[in-house]
Amino acid sequence: MKYKSLAISDPADLIFGAAPHPVDTRSGMRIGGGTVYPELNFTLPPIQIEESTIDAVYRNYEQIISGALRRAAELEVPGVVIEFETLPPMTEFPQWGQRIVEILLEGIRDEEARSGLKSVLRVTPNDNREFERPPLMRSGRYFDAMLELFHTSAASGAELLSIESVGGKELHDDALLNGDLPTSIFSLCILGARDMKFLWTRLDAIAKEHGVLSAGDTACGFGNTAMVLAEQRMIPRVFAAVVRAVTAVRSLVAYECGAVGPGKDCGYENPILKAITGFPMAMEGKTSACAHLSPMGNLAAACCDTWSNESVQNIKLLGGMAPTCYMEQLAYDCRLMNQASLEGPESALALQRWLVNSDAHLDPQAFVLTPYSSIEIAKAIVASDSHYHAGIAAARTAIDLMDKANRGGLLRIASNESHWLEHLRDTLDEMPDSEDEFISQQLAIADHSKFLPSEYGL
Amino acid sequence: MSQFHELSIAVEKGKKNESRELTRALLDQGINPLVIVESGLVPGMAAVGEKFKNNEVFVPEMLIAARAMKECMILLEPLLAEAGIKPKYTAIIGTVAGDLHDIGKNLVSMMLKGANFGIVDLGTNVPPEKFVIAAREHQAQLVCLSALLTTTMPAMRTAVEVLRASDQGHLPILVGGAPISQEYCDEIGADGYSPDAASAVQAALKLVEK
Repeated sequence: MKYKSLAISDPADLIFGAAPHPVDTRSGMRIGGGTVYPELNFTLPPIQIEESTIDAVYRNYEQIISGALRRAAELEVPGVVIEFETLPPMTEFPQWGQRIVEILLEGIRDEEARSGLKSVLRVTPNDNREFERPPLMRSGRYFDAMLELFHTSAASGAELLSIESVGGKELHDDALLNGDLPTSIFSLCILGARDMKFLWTRLDAIAKEHGVLSAGDTACGFGNTAMVLAEQRMIPRVFAAVVRAVTAVRSLVAYECGAVGPGKDCGYENPILKAITGFPMAMEGKTSACAHLSPMGNLAAACCDTWSNESVQNIKLLGGMAPTCYMEQLAYDCRLMNQASLEGPESALALQRWLVNSDAHLDPQAFVLTPYSSIEIAKAIVASDSHYHAGIAAARTAIDLMDKANRGGLLRIASNESHWLEHLRDTLDEMPDSEDEFISQQLAIADHSKFLPSEYGL
Repeated sequence: MSQFHELSIAVEKGKKNESRELTRALLDQGINPLVIVESGLVPGMAAVGEKFKNNEVFVPEMLIAARAMKECMILLEPLLAEAGIKPKYTAIIGTVAGDLHDIGKNLVSMMLKGANFGIVDLGTNVPPEKFVIAAREHQAQLVCLSALLTTTMPAMRTAVEVLRASDQGHLPILVGGAPISQEYCDEIGADGYSPDAASAVQAALKLVEK
């Protein structure tokens, strides 16, 4: 564990637009340096991606970037992060992904020449390693193609490198459906942490080679899968909240390997990571309802440094093409946060409080990510001596926070969920202190047709 | 309380050992294994399914019940096979080509198993021809297709087209997944759409009992 103390220990300082270690871009944006920037993400309408359709795919991205940046300039935003999250064929055939990177960079340069708009491109290659089952995590054509796209996009000017990596996910979906916390911790803190270390050591080297920034990862496939399942009432929300706390341990490994932010938007665990690392974080909330629902649309903005929409299809809405409309929504949200900061700390803190208090008491998943809860969970993580122990500590802290708040009337927990807190606490009590013993236990019950322990160094 | 009802309650509550012993007791009395399935196990799963539909319990509780049923099936399956008795309906299920998402598909599989469907799960990223081959091989009564990406929706259309053009073209096709809608189902010529796993059993039964 690299981090032994917190960069932010006062909940009042875990606030939008301000990070102890801001990130500077070539265009002059200082992310985390006092200003919240919109971060736009987009995807294609229904279209198969193949050789015969690739020109139409390219045209979609040309249309998206010109329309969205034009609107950003008209609204006089201080800067924009554009995120290009590839779709699987664009990583599998990196020349397609690279061509789209070039289209987006051309669009950014054109708008800068026209209006002076500052922008930066984040590239997030899709992690295709899971296309082979069980996946090869450290070699093979999917891995090689993914690294190639990181190299070429960084070389051509994409300054922020991110990924939604999938290490450990092979076992995690079943852990969620079974309400199985030990297997969730095994997936996130044993398998996930090992894969993150392997992957991010390489990604950080690529970033340094090309003079760009390794921005960060997200446990989207873990924590957000839990969140969506909880929203659909498939799993208890208190369980999803505990899983969210544990995801912070996995995502932290990117920063232990050199990442500097801004953390990836769909990492709802980012407030915990901002408290630990002091690096700026992207967040998404109400403006990402176009992609998925969440119980913390306001709260998620409380400590964001870029504010994102997660992903929207390039389809026509009454106001214009959807990415352009979402650029406008993000721009106004950011304007409000920046105005609050401009009017001084009291105004900023009032807005932070409203964002937090409007959501926190209604849902356990929101509650564990308030600035106060995030810092409590962050403290538990940095006080631990291993990722395994940090996972247990994060889970236990989340349970204690929810339990106390529920008893004190500060948090509403549904009657069919309340017994889950005790069940999860009992489960943690039964887990061994020895990591080796835990790994042996888990390997004995794991479905070995789904993952290869050797790919995780086990 | 009848022994069948006791078995149903034990399955619903996920009591593995009790379910197994009650099943064994019924078999010892010479009860037909199919009757045990239909009068003891399926009602137990249906009851927990109903609670799930009403947001009273969650998937983990359903899976505990499913494991109790599985424990009973370990005793019953050899006897059913010996007597040449198969589940009334067999469904082929998979996520379409290019798409790796499988939670929704797995949940639908679980719900259908609980309703005593035989399930052939082809996994994720399934080429369209594989659905045809599996449907033919297992003499299926239903094909279920899942997709979660806007860019794999066309692969769902292709799967429907390939199935329709094959000797399995008569089979009803049930579709689902986040970007899928009733309109899209109609547009690509599928027969049924389920917005979520909880509704999938009803939608499937409607198609196979037509």
